[in-house]
Amino acid sequence: MTREHLRILLPVLSLAILLAAVFYLQPRAMSYFGLNLLFNLAIPVALATIAQMMIIMVNDIDLSIGTFVSFCACVTATLVQDTPVLGYAVLLAAVLVYAGIGAVIHLRGLPAIVVTLGTSFVWGGLAILVLPSPGGASPEWLQSLMKSKPPLVPMAIIAATLIGVLTHLLIKRSSIGVVLQGVGGNERALERAGWSIVQLKALAYGLAGLFGVLAGMALVGLTTSADANIALRYTLLSIAGVILGGGEFTGGRVSPIGAVLGALTLTLAASFLSFLRLSPDWQIGAQGAILILVLAIRLLVTRREAN
Amino acid sequence: MSTISKLLCAAASTAMLAASPSLADTSDARIALSNNYAGNSWRQAMLETWDDVTGAAVEAGTVAAADAFTTSENQATEQAAQIQNMILQGYDAIVVNAASPTALNGAVKEACDAGIIVVSFDGIVTEPCAWRIAVDFKQMGRDQVEYLATRYPDGGNLLEIRGLAGVFVDDEISAGIHEAVEGSNFTIVGSVHGDWAQDVAQKAVAGILPSLPELTAVVTQGGDGFGAAQAIAATDRDMPTIVMGNRQDELAWWAEQKAANGYETTSLSVAPGMSTLAFWVAQQILDGAEVPKELSVPFLTIQQDGLDEALANTPEGSVANVSYSLDDAMAAIEAAR
Repeated sequence: MTREHLRILLPVLSLAILLAAVFYLQPRAMSYFGLNLLFNLAIPVALATIAQMMIIMVNDIDLSIGTFVSFCACVTATLVQDTPVLGYAVLLAAVLVYAGIGAVIHLRGLPAIVVTLGTSFVWGGLAILVLPSPGGASPEWLQSLMKSKPPLVPMAIIAATLIGVLTHLLIKRSSIGVVLQGVGGNERALERAGWSIVQLKALAYGLAGLFGVLAGMALVGLTTSADANIALRYTLLSIAGVILGGGEFTGGRVSPIGAVLGALTLTLAASFLSFLRLSPDWQIGAQGAILILVLAIRLLVTRREAN
Repeated sequence: MSTISKLLCAAASTAMLAASPSLADTSDARIALSNNYAGNSWRQAMLETWDDVTGAAVEAGTVAAADAFTTSENQATEQAAQIQNMILQGYDAIVVNAASPTALNGAVKEACDAGIIVVSFDGIVTEPCAWRIAVDFKQMGRDQVEYLATRYPDGGNLLEIRGLAGVFVDDEISAGIHEAVEGSNFTIVGSVHGDWAQDVAQKAVAGILPSLPELTAVVTQGGDGFGAAQAIAATDRDMPTIVMGNRQDELAWWAEQKAANGYETTSLSVAPGMSTLAFWVAQQILDGAEVPKELSVPFLTIQQDGLDEALANTPEGSVANVSYSLDDAMAAIEAAR
């Protein structure tokens, strides 16, 4: 068994154990309807986690993804709904801005953590400008897509599988994906081999922006309207999701399927604690404890592997 | 539900306002409270009152369960997930104090589609399938002037203390006051912003007092009456009638004045116990009563004769509270029809 396999085994196992516990506590969840309710809000989290993964893959970290998703949600609920052409243009521009931020961070040698902390306030301010008071409406097609009821397998599961498989193909199987991982692995070697790191970083950030846009749209499809503060939690959730899914902060070692599983696990952990009827005072702590537990197990496994 | 029980419900909601018609229909119903925040004294009082009232209702067999859930972070996506969990847990009704008026709409719609009654209060949701118990702040302004009109039929000069500029609540209360003054013998001779805080109100009133003629009364928004009283007491003016806002310090000052010179006024505000009104409204809907989607919560008004009792029941630094009964809920439903 290779390290890559081990990396994916742990998120699969932790999700399976949590799911079994939830089914035990709440047998009603073991149904088409139940699975959809458990996981549909995990879809935007999964998309945001993939966005975060793109950044972590090139050894950076993005503290603005939560406000960026909020901003995209606000644009989707207002401009895309009222004036579609302008709306999609704004979303496209947002993706390009993200790519630009990536390029600037590399060119100027700036710490991504500081730059993205700064841009998080910009996105938050723009979100309030676009939607000063909570409201707006989801485009019809988006709402019917997110709430569709395909036969046999619930929408949430299909969407999560699609996101996982497609990004796996993009990052792990395509040649550009391997090069992108290389930026995190050994930037200098790539540069000597003739690759433009600026372009690659811009591409990674651009992909992050694209998945951020998708997360915002998916969220509005589910909630049917937006709020400038709707996705603030996603910043930390997405980082936790990437790490839980077997990613590491350095070296370009990330796993797209693991990241999706990590996002599902985090969402499920919150439901599990609420089914346990744990007092809210303890819930944040308990969520953290689950995270630490999984990471500790991972550390033990990888240490043994290294020996 | 059978025709007979429907008839009983109709009878219950129209005629039997004084009785306690807990029909057997809801005895196996389970109601959940979805709360987004518990970090201030108002919310703490809200949760405590919920426990008291629903605990008794569960014991009496009116409903099977009434569990309160609070999200750990004050975030809409988290509360949406919480509501979806409640759907899975099979609750018959969900009472919501929402983190966002719109961001929960998707989850609320899911609940409605699953046949669950959703009643929102305080932080209301805009999803049309849910019930809303809102506060009629305009009425709060009108009520003050109406009370003063009974005290001073000949009218007089009013000082208005407003809340925080630019906030919806401030605009509403003030609009209500001005609306009622329009048709009365009163004139508003001055207006200051007290920001719902005693210290700010005291400074603002002290600043405007020298320019004012003799005052008959002071209309307020709550949290500012005690400060106004302090400012006026520091001058040689006669104490006007200051309308209070149910804060403990205001009630304490009023009681002191009442003992010393028979001071008379009124006090009104929204009680954190409105969660229990939402509970009874949800119970009534489950019971089959026809309830309009938009309800307004009655204010908690403290009159001269109820002052001592209210003061005794209000902890220091807190707000006067009340737990609502089934009768109160029926009255609120009746008023909305």
